[in-house]
Amino acid sequence: MAEYVWLIVLIPLIGFLINGIGGLSSEAYRKQKTLIGTIATISVFIPFLIALQIFFGMGADSEPYVARLFTWIEAGSFSSEVAYRVDQLSIIMALVVTGVGALIHLYSMGYMKDDEGYWKFFAYLNLFIFAMLNLVLGNNLILLFLGWEGVGVCSYLLIGYWYGDMAKSDAAKKAFVFNRVGDFAFLVAMFLVFRAVGSLDFDIILNNLSAFTPEITFWVAVLMFIGATGKSAQIPLFVWLPDAMAGPTPVSALIHAATMVTSGIYLISRFSSMYVLTPEAMLIVAIIGGLTAIVAATIAITQYDIKKVLAYSTVSQLGFMFLALGSGGFIAAMFHVVTHAFFKACLFLGSGSVIHAMHHVEHELEHEGKDVHFDPQDMRYMGGLKKYMPSTYWTFLLSTFAIAGIPVFSGFFSKDEILAFVFNAGMGEYSYIYFALWGMAVLTAFLTAYYMFRLTLTTFHGTFKLPSKVKGAEDSEKYLHESPSTMTIPLWILGGLAVIGGFMGVPDFFVTTFTSSDIKINWLHAWLDGVTSDSALVLSYGTKWILVAIAILIAVFATVLAYRNYDNDKGEASDAALEKRFGSLYQVWSDKYKIDEIYDASIIQPTFKLSDRVLAVFDMKIVDGFVNAVGGTVRFFGSLLRFVQTGVVQTYALVFIIGVILVLSLIIF
Amino acid sequence: MEILNDLLNYLPAAIVAVGGLVVMMMDGYKAKSRLIYQTTMFFLAGALVIATYDLLYQEVGTLFSDMAASGSTAAFGTFIVVFGTFFTVILTHDYLIGVKHNYPQVYPLLMFCTVGMIVLATANDLVTVFIGLETMSISLYALAGIIRDKQLGVESALKYFILGAFSTGFFLYGIALLYGATGSTNLSEIGAYTDGSMIYWGGVSMLLVAFFFKISAVPFHMWTPDVYTGSPTTITAYMSTASKTAAIVALVLILERALPYAADQITSTMAIIAIMTMVLGNTVAMVQDNVKRMLAYSSIAHVGYLLVGLAAGTDLGFTAVLYYLLAYSLMNIGAFGVVAYYEKNHDVHFNNIESYAGLGYKQPLMGILLSVFLLSLAGIPPLAGFIGKYLVFAAAVEAGLINLVIIGVLASAASAYFYLRVMVYLYFKESKEPVKLMKPLRVYSFSLVVLAVLTLYFGILPAGITELIASYFSGNGLAIVP
Repeated sequence: MAEYVWLIVLIPLIGFLINGIGGLSSEAYRKQKTLIGTIATISVFIPFLIALQIFFGMGADSEPYVARLFTWIEAGSFSSEVAYRVDQLSIIMALVVTGVGALIHLYSMGYMKDDEGYWKFFAYLNLFIFAMLNLVLGNNLILLFLGWEGVGVCSYLLIGYWYGDMAKSDAAKKAFVFNRVGDFAFLVAMFLVFRAVGSLDFDIILNNLSAFTPEITFWVAVLMFIGATGKSAQIPLFVWLPDAMAGPTPVSALIHAATMVTSGIYLISRFSSMYVLTPEAMLIVAIIGGLTAIVAATIAITQYDIKKVLAYSTVSQLGFMFLALGSGGFIAAMFHVVTHAFFKACLFLGSGSVIHAMHHVEHELEHEGKDVHFDPQDMRYMGGLKKYMPSTYWTFLLSTFAIAGIPVFSGFFSKDEILAFVFNAGMGEYSYIYFALWGMAVLTAFLTAYYMFRLTLTTFHGTFKLPSKVKGAEDSEKYLHESPSTMTIPLWILGGLAVIGGFMGVPDFFVTTFTSSDIKINWLHAWLDGVTSDSALVLSYGTKWILVAIAILIAVFATVLAYRNYDNDKGEASDAALEKRFGSLYQVWSDKYKIDEIYDASIIQPTFKLSDRVLAVFDMKIVDGFVNAVGGTVRFFGSLLRFVQTGVVQTYALVFIIGVILVLSLIIF
Repeated sequence: MEILNDLLNYLPAAIVAVGGLVVMMMDGYKAKSRLIYQTTMFFLAGALVIATYDLLYQEVGTLFSDMAASGSTAAFGTFIVVFGTFFTVILTHDYLIGVKHNYPQVYPLLMFCTVGMIVLATANDLVTVFIGLETMSISLYALAGIIRDKQLGVESALKYFILGAFSTGFFLYGIALLYGATGSTNLSEIGAYTDGSMIYWGGVSMLLVAFFFKISAVPFHMWTPDVYTGSPTTITAYMSTASKTAAIVALVLILERALPYAADQITSTMAIIAIMTMVLGNTVAMVQDNVKRMLAYSSIAHVGYLLVGLAAGTDLGFTAVLYYLLAYSLMNIGAFGVVAYYEKNHDVHFNNIESYAGLGYKQPLMGILLSVFLLSLAGIPPLAGFIGKYLVFAAAVEAGLINLVIIGVLASAASAYFYLRVMVYLYFKESKEPVKLMKPLRVYSFSLVVLAVLTLYFGILPAGITELIASYFSGNGLAIVP
C-alpha cells in the first residue's frame, strides 16, 4: 500500500487545480458552493483514507518505504529527486494533516457559506494541504523546504484572505516576513549539511552524521531550530502568530494550531539523532521553548479576544513541545503535537462557531435597522452561551479539560510525559537549568488551565452580557443559535478525539508498577521508538508517580481557582482584582511584553529611515542616473551606426570587403 | 544495394524533394491553392516523422560515398530544418491569404529550399556543402521577392541576390584553395592536413567569410535588415531560423571534422566577430521603431551568441550551439508568427511599434504568446532562450574566453530593453486609434501554442535534449547539464 503514497500528495493538488481553474474561468462554477466544498473536502478525505490504509499495513518495526517518483533537479554533483517517505513518523503526521484537515474542510463548508470568494478559499486550503504533505512526507530537505515555503505562502494567502482590510493584509505580510527570517537560517543549515555530506536525502544525512564535526553539528542544529522558531512561532519570532488570527477561523484552526506551526517540531524530531549529539543545542531549544511557554501563557491570561487567547495558548503549547524536544523527549513532543492538534483544532473551531453566532446577532440587529457595532470576538460581550449553543459548549468544555491536563483527557498524558522528560533531563548535564525549566513548565501548566477555564467560563457560563453592555442590543439573545451540522459534526469528532486521544500514549509504568510485568501499553512510544532517538527515562517509579500527582494537583487547583473567579459573571471583577494584585507585572503581560514595540523601534523604524533618506536617494540619483547614462550612450551610438545602413548595395559590398580583410588578417597573423 | 540503403537514410530530404516536384506540377496544372498547401503539409509531415525517428535512432555514418553524413549532428540539423519548415508553411499559408498575395509558388520554393538546407546540414564534403548552400540560397532569393508587386520586397531580393552571388564567389575560392592545399574536398581528409601553408590559411579564411555571410555575422550582415524587413514576415522567420540552422550545423561539422588544425586561429577570429556581432546587433536593435526590423537585428545579435559557442570550439561549445539553434528556432518562428498575425490584419506599416499599443488586451492569447517568445529571446528563465545562453556562455567560460563572455552577458542584458519595450507597448500603452483584430485561425494559434509550450518545456527540462546532443561529441559533455 505504501507505494501509493504519491496519491496522498497528488489528490489535494488536483482538488486545488479543479477549484482554482474552475473558479478562475467560470462565473457559474463559483456559484456551485456545495460542489466546490465537496470536491475540496473529498480531496483531503481520500488521502486520509489512503494514509489510514498505509498505516494499518505498517508495524512498529516496518522499514521506511521511499517512493521515488522522478529526478527533480540535477546540477553537477547535486541531485534531488521527488521522493516521498513513509515511516512511522511521517505517517503519523500525514494522518493528522489529512484527518484534521478533512474535518476542518467540512467545517469550513458551513463557516464560509456566505463568503464571496468561497472557491478561492477552498482552493487555497487544498493547496495548503498539498504543501503540508510535501513537508511531512518529503524524503529530502529540498522537498521538505518546498513544502515549508509552500505552507508559508498559503498561510500568507489565507491570513490575508480578506485583503480588503488593511490590518488583515498587514498581518499576512508580518507573518510572511517573520517566517522568511527563520527560513533564511534554515537555508544556511541546508547549505552546511550539503557541504558536509554532499546530499540532502534524509537517509544519507542521518547515516553520515559522523561526517559532521561537533561544531558543524551544533550550528546545523541551531540554525534549523531558528528556522523552526519562525514557522512554529517561538521567541523571538512568535509575534506573527497572534496577528495571524486575522484570517478566517478555520484557517487558524488548521494552519495556526493543528498543522503548519507544528512543522518545526516535526523537523527537529526527524533530525533527533543529530540533535542528541549536541547537548548545547538541545539546551538552547529547551530554554527557548520553556521561555516561550511561560511568556505566552502569561499574555493569554490578560486577553479578551477569544481567538487571541487561543493564539497565545498555541504559542505556549508549542513552547511546551520544544521544551520536550530540548529535553530529549522527542516522542513526547510528537505525542503533544497529535493531542494538541485534536483539542486545539476543536477549540478554534468552537470559537469560530461562537464568532459565527455573534456575527449573526450583529447582522440581525442591523437587519432590524439598529446601527449596533461591537467586536464579535470579545468575550466580555458573551456569557451564557451554553444555553444557546450546547454542542459548541460541550465540545469546547471537553477540549478545555484536555488542554488543562485533567486526568484521562488527552492533554493530561502528553503534558505529563513532557514534564517527566524535562525533570528527567535535570538528572543529566546542565542539571539546574533543566530543573528551573521544569519549574517554569509546571507554572505554565497551571496558567494554561487557569486561562482556558477563564475563557470557557466567561464565554459560556453566566448570562449573555451583550444586551446590557451595548445600547440597542436589548433582547438580542433571541438571535443566538447553534451552528449548522457541517460545523458541529467536526466539533464532536474532534472533541471525542480530545477526550480519548491520550490513550495512545499511556505511560508503561502505570501498569508495570502494580503488576511487575514488563508489558508495553504505551503504543505511541513503541511506534515511534525506531525513528527517533529518545533519551532514556532514568526516573524511579516513585518519582514518576510524584510527578503525575503534581501535574494532577496543579491542573485541578487551577481549575477550581478559575471556577471560583470566573463562574457566574465574576469575570471582569476577577480580572480587575488580578490586575490590582500583580500591578505593573500585569501591565507587562497585557502589553505583550512590548515585543512588537521593540521590533518597531529597533528594526522597522531604522530600516524605514535608512530606505527613505539614503537608499531611495541613492537609487534615484546614482543608480537611475547611471542606467540612464548608459542607455543614452548606447542609443547615441546605435543611431550613429544606423547611418551606415544606407540601403545601397555598393556600400554593403564595401563593408563586406572590409570584413574579408579583417578575417584574412585575423586568420593569417 | 548500397544506394538504396543510403537513400533510406536520406529519406527526409528525398521526401521533401519529391514533394517539391509534386506541388510544382500541381501548380502547373492549376490546382487549387488550398490543395497544394495540403499536399505540401502531407509531405512535410511525413518528412518530419522520419526526421524525428532519425533524430532518435539513426546510426552515425556516411552516405553516398562519403559525400553526406547521417546520424548525430546531421540528423539533428535535418530535424530542426524540417520542423521549422513545417511550422513556417502553416504560418505562411495563412499569412499570404491575409495579405492577399496567395501565390502557390511559395510551396515548391519552400520545399526546394528545405532540400538545400538538409543537404547543407548533412554535408560531409565541401562539394556537397556548396550544392546545399546554393540550392538553399537560390530558393531564398526567390522567396524574398515572392510578393512581386511590392517594391520593397523585390528590391531586397535583388540586393540579397547580388550580395549572395558575391559571397558564393568567396566560397568557391575557399574550396579551391583548400583543395589546392590538401588535395581533397572531403572533410575528414582535409582534417588530416597539418601543414600550415599560405594557401591553406587563405582557403580557411574564404570559407569562413562565406559562412559569416550566410549566417549574417557582422560585418557581413549588411543585407540582413533590408531583406528581413522586405520579405514576407513568415519567410523572414524561415530565413532567420532554418537557413541559419542549416549553415551553422554545416559549420560545426566543418570545424569539428575538417579544421581542427586551425582551431586556435578560428577561435580568435570567431571571438572578434562574435563581439562585433553581439554589440552591433543589440545596439542597433535598440533604436529600431519597426518591430520586424528590430527582430532582424535581434537575429543578428543571436548569431553573435552562437558564435561565442563556436569560438569556444570545444565539445561543450558545439553542444551548446546545437541546443541554442533548437531554442532559437522555436522562439524566433514564434515571435515572427505573432508579428505576422498582427500584420496581416493591417498593412505593412503596422509593424511600427507605436501601433502595437494596447494590442495585448485585444487578443489575449496572442499577447501572451508574443510575451513568452520575447522573454525567451531576452534570455529570461525558465524559458529555452535562457538555457541556450547559459550553455553557450558556460562553454566559453570553460574554454577560458572570459572577456568574450563578459561582453556577451552585458550585450545580452542590454537586449532586454528592446524586447521588453514591445511588451510595454502591448500592455501599458493606450492605442490611439481603435484597432480591430480578427480572431486567428485555430490551426494558426495552435501551432504558436505548440511552439510556446516547447519553449517552456526545453527551458524547464533541458536535460534530455542536451544529453542527446552531448552524446554526438565524444560523450564528455554530459557534465554541463544544468
